Amino acid sequence: MSILVYAEHDNSELKADTLKTVAAAQAIGGDIHMLVAGSNCQAVAEAASKVNGVSKVLVADNAAYEHQLAENVSLLVTELAADYDHVIATALTTGKNFMPRVAALLDVTQISDIIAVESSDTFVRPIYAGNAIATVQSLDSKKVITVRSTGFDAVATDGSAEIVALDKATDAGNSSHVNDELSVSERPDLGAASIVISGGRGMQNGENFKLLEGIADKLGAAIGASRAAVDAGFVPNDMQVGQTGKIVAPDLYIAVGISGAIQHLAGMKDSKVIVAINKDPEAPIFQVADYGLVADLFDALPELEGKL
Amino acid sequence: MKVLVPIKRVIDYNVKVRVKADNSNVDLANVKMAINPFCEIAVEEAVRLKEAGTVTEVIAVSIGNKSCQEQLRTALALGADRAIQIDTEENLDSINVAKLLQKVVEEEQPQLVILGKQAIDSDNNQTGQMLAALTGMPQGTFASAVKIDGDKVNVTREVDSGLQTIALTLPAIVTTDLRLNEPRYASLPNIMKAKRKPLNVKSAADFGIDLTARTNLIKVTPPAERKAGIVVESIDELVEKLKNEAKVIS
Repeated sequence: MSILVYAEHDNSELKADTLKTVAAAQAIGGDIHMLVAGSNCQAVAEAASKVNGVSKVLVADNAAYEHQLAENVSLLVTELAADYDHVIATALTTGKNFMPRVAALLDVTQISDIIAVESSDTFVRPIYAGNAIATVQSLDSKKVITVRSTGFDAVATDGSAEIVALDKATDAGNSSHVNDELSVSERPDLGAASIVISGGRGMQNGENFKLLEGIADKLGAAIGASRAAVDAGFVPNDMQVGQTGKIVAPDLYIAVGISGAIQHLAGMKDSKVIVAINKDPEAPIFQVADYGLVADLFDALPELEGKL
Repeated sequence: MKVLVPIKRVIDYNVKVRVKADNSNVDLANVKMAINPFCEIAVEEAVRLKEAGTVTEVIAVSIGNKSCQEQLRTALALGADRAIQIDTEENLDSINVAKLLQKVVEEEQPQLVILGKQAIDSDNNQTGQMLAALTGMPQGTFASAVKIDGDKVNVTREVDSGLQTIALTLPAIVTTDLRLNEPRYASLPNIMKAKRKPLNVKSAADFGIDLTARTNLIKVTPPAERKAGIVVESIDELVEKLKNEAKVIS
């Protein structure tokens, strides 16, 4: 069997989640190749060549792939898919965007967000915001899969795969990139952080998220938010943890002023240790918390920062 | 310009679903159902484009049995002009849903198709992108802003690292993220008016598409329960536990 893994990157860095996606590919079993599609992305190709379990890195370095537009990337991946039994990407915004397009062009359905591999055609994935876990068999001859990286442990990076340059430039010509407004933060990525502290509606406003910053700095934590806090306009959506936001599974997750709606729990309940700080002792977040503190967050947060 | 809005009937987002005792699927008997929240945002966006004068007609379409007419009536009450139900008892895979929608697109020739980015039941996040591929249209997924400008649409997308704006040549596909808009409530007069708006029913079988299942649902189980935790009395106790018991901070 042969597997093509799509490398998630920003033209300069290979995203760490890709290492977990390769672990999923290894669980399926077979010869694993990695595709790096981008522009001026040689550094990514070098990093990809070191990923354990990958025997070959295919590099499509062309202006058509600079922003990894779904229209252009899906044409490339669909063409390459002819040589593979499985095509796999990480379930992050790039993979979620273009992979279903690949599936449709190949006339197969996609198996999204898998968290475990049962066999080469049978996979486990959460449904209903993680309130049910489905075991699904793909009946299509080619499998198109996205991987939820929290389900797998990263592979090591001491390999040395061959790098092969592809001479491809599939440009659909019906979409173009206008601009990016990227959030700049000194803190670790939400998806990669080993500690996450999140605020909810109880924070009352965006200004009060500063109370989390001091603690995050002391712990080297990323800062997240519940959908309620995003909906209320306290913080931008890229901080949202939940069913429709980011799925995280850090070693420590601290939920502050978050009631614990099922949509939020879906994004964090696989964390190793969960702490909840909420003044409402009946809040559902306490049902999943390892350590709960019933307290007013405006008293608790400064005290916590002082004692760390 | 016409806008097509495919919508899905799903479990109400406030309801916690239960798994059937025989692990064959989730139990939806007597459970409150609703229009998928992201689809509702899609309807709202289409109606706003119509109110702004950019769009002349909003068509809602849903695939399912007769019960999804309830959600189509909701879309009509929110401001859609007419509705199409594609009748089937089957729970179709996304690729087959996209193929049916492709036929509707061929018939109706909309300049824009707006869909929810994902349904909160299957959590697949596929149909919009698949429809885009099948119709050869460009796609703006996870949209937080949609701006039509002549023969192009600018879509601002929620991406992992922030926002990305792309320009698509019409006709195009847009899938909605939660910050695109806040859907209105249907007023009683509009709910009454919606009952008289046209709702056509077509049989999925009449589209001449092979709708054979591509997946086999082997089992559905409840997620692993977390062990009950403890309530700590103070910040001191919390910090002590995190350091010495959980060992997650030093």
